[in-house]
Amino acid sequence: MSGGAGVSQRAVLAAVALAVALPMVTACGADDVGRATESGTGAMTATVVSGDERPAAARAGAAEPVYGFGTPATAAQIAAWDIDIGPDGAGLPPGRGTVAEGLEVWERHRCILCHGPTGREGPNDVLTGRVPGDEFPFANDRSLRSTVGNYWPYATTLFDYTRRAMPFDLPGTMTDEEVYAVVGAMLYFNDLLPADAVVDSATVVDTHMPARNRFVPDNRTGGPTIR
Amino acid sequence: MEGGYETDGNGGDVDDREEGSGLTRRALIAGAAAAAGGAITAGATRGLVQEAPDPTKVPGARPVVVGSRSPHETPEKLLSGSMGGSSRTPLQELHGIMTPADLHFERHHHGIPQIDPATYRLLIHGMVERPTLFTLDDLKRFPQVSKLLFLECSGNGGGAYTSSPSPEHTPQSVDGLLSTSEWSGVALSTLFEEVGAHAEATWFLAEGSDAAVMGRSIPMEKAWDDAMIAYAQNGEAIRPEQGYPARVFLPGWEGNASVKWVRRIELADRPSMFRDETSKYTDPLPDGTARQFSFVMDAKSIITYPTYPRRLPGPGFVEISGYAWTGRGLIERVEVSTDGGDSWHDAVLQEPVLPKCTTRFRHGWEWDGGPAHLLSRATDETGYAQPIRQQVLDARGPGTRYHSNAIRGWRVARDGFIAFAPV
Repeated sequence: MSGGAGVSQRAVLAAVALAVALPMVTACGADDVGRATESGTGAMTATVVSGDERPAAARAGAAEPVYGFGTPATAAQIAAWDIDIGPDGAGLPPGRGTVAEGLEVWERHRCILCHGPTGREGPNDVLTGRVPGDEFPFANDRSLRSTVGNYWPYATTLFDYTRRAMPFDLPGTMTDEEVYAVVGAMLYFNDLLPADAVVDSATVVDTHMPARNRFVPDNRTGGPTIR
Repeated sequence: MEGGYETDGNGGDVDDREEGSGLTRRALIAGAAAAAGGAITAGATRGLVQEAPDPTKVPGARPVVVGSRSPHETPEKLLSGSMGGSSRTPLQELHGIMTPADLHFERHHHGIPQIDPATYRLLIHGMVERPTLFTLDDLKRFPQVSKLLFLECSGNGGGAYTSSPSPEHTPQSVDGLLSTSEWSGVALSTLFEEVGAHAEATWFLAEGSDAAVMGRSIPMEKAWDDAMIAYAQNGEAIRPEQGYPARVFLPGWEGNASVKWVRRIELADRPSMFRDETSKYTDPLPDGTARQFSFVMDAKSIITYPTYPRRLPGPGFVEISGYAWTGRGLIERVEVSTDGGDSWHDAVLQEPVLPKCTTRFRHGWEWDGGPAHLLSRATDETGYAQPIRQQVLDARGPGTRYHSNAIRGWRVARDGFIAFAPV
């Protein structure tokens, strides 16, 4: 699917078809299709010929590429970068760790330097802390710290972020087992797991996070109402 | 603390939502020294002009392959954040609406990566017909889009939202996580058509190749609307600190979601619930919930002249000037008050007035030498008018830390000194 010396015959035909299908581009010759040149100023924005005017449904699921640029990605290439963990646990790797091992990881990887012995001492992000009754008074109490125990809605996020970005000076270098273990330690610090817990993918998905149901969609819509 | 900012001791992420008790005493002293230094420099410059050879009587310099600023002009970003994760644009030193690329604000989540454009790849996969790797050259072969757009960190202006904001705030220190550039690249919709995005996909994630592998989930509607993969800024390749060689750009939306150094996009039918869309960049509300995926930056404005630490030299004409912007489209109106909101006057909106871009406003004012309180209020095309702080407090409570857009203001004293004083 590599583009080769230029737009393929097929792509040109597709582009012409695109032009015919688009009222916005009737003033443009076929050569102009896919060659929007306006600077995006004011009224000219409306003449963008990149197909922006069509509804999403009409643009999705194209059976053929329009231009033929780019190279098919192999499964191995995708796997090397596909690191995100979904809230449903999708992407969690095999393996397990224990809270006890996690406390060792906490010291060995120097988590303690930024987050303190139990995650609540700082000097950087405070990770440990609960609110009595698991209330959620953050809007009214500016001094309250948002922590794993009182604010993070998903433990999958904790696994995801820790694995990709920590420890700070050697990001992304912990083994999956170390990540399971240290996630267990952070959940233990927040009284969300017992000291003898074993942590695996099921634990990360199933651990009750007090703030799980606190998040709501954005209801700001413009207009005169301040939300 | 190098930027002279006090932080709330909560680590690397305070810098984009800090309460900004303002400048520390040390910074204050430094600022006063800088102000004094500026006066000295200006004096020295005048002296130089008098003593230097008459430029009309000596041959001028030759062209150079890369230009530079006059040595007399030294605008600088203000470094802030306890982990060195931010820098702020010197809004008060700029004219028009464009931000020079080397003065564009920064907010990084684990530093600036060094990326070789020759080995750069963007992977698009997930709910698509054809998982594809694009080189930088591939991206540049697609039809280009190019627009003047603002970019603003959603933590911008946090220093104005406290009950007692520092009077020593400058436009840069309070709202300098705002910049405007011409961004050029390929429409994300073009790429999504190319790979055959599935109609069932409702979200896509974008991840950077920085040390945080910074990720955000973004609704597909934004891709079909106006999202782009940008590879150029103000006519040249994007600067490393802005995402070289390519970044996501989401016009009008909080800057954090415009993932820099983007290497992977995956289409899905649900958000990934990344750290920066759950534990950060969410807005607690008084009813015990937190607003999530609050992408759009609402209408806002700030006067950038005259402001602290300037001093008006004496009564007479003053052109009040500043920026207004909204993530919802066009700025429709900017009003200026010089009496703390008792009366308002329509400011002149300088062309071009563009959607999701800063708009320069101006208002001529005859200062009579008495106390004054300068305010600006922006209204966007949806009819949303910039609120006062109490309105935001009523809606969101004092604990909210993002999307601080209440009316900014500046008090002018009889001696011409100016202090930050939002309402």
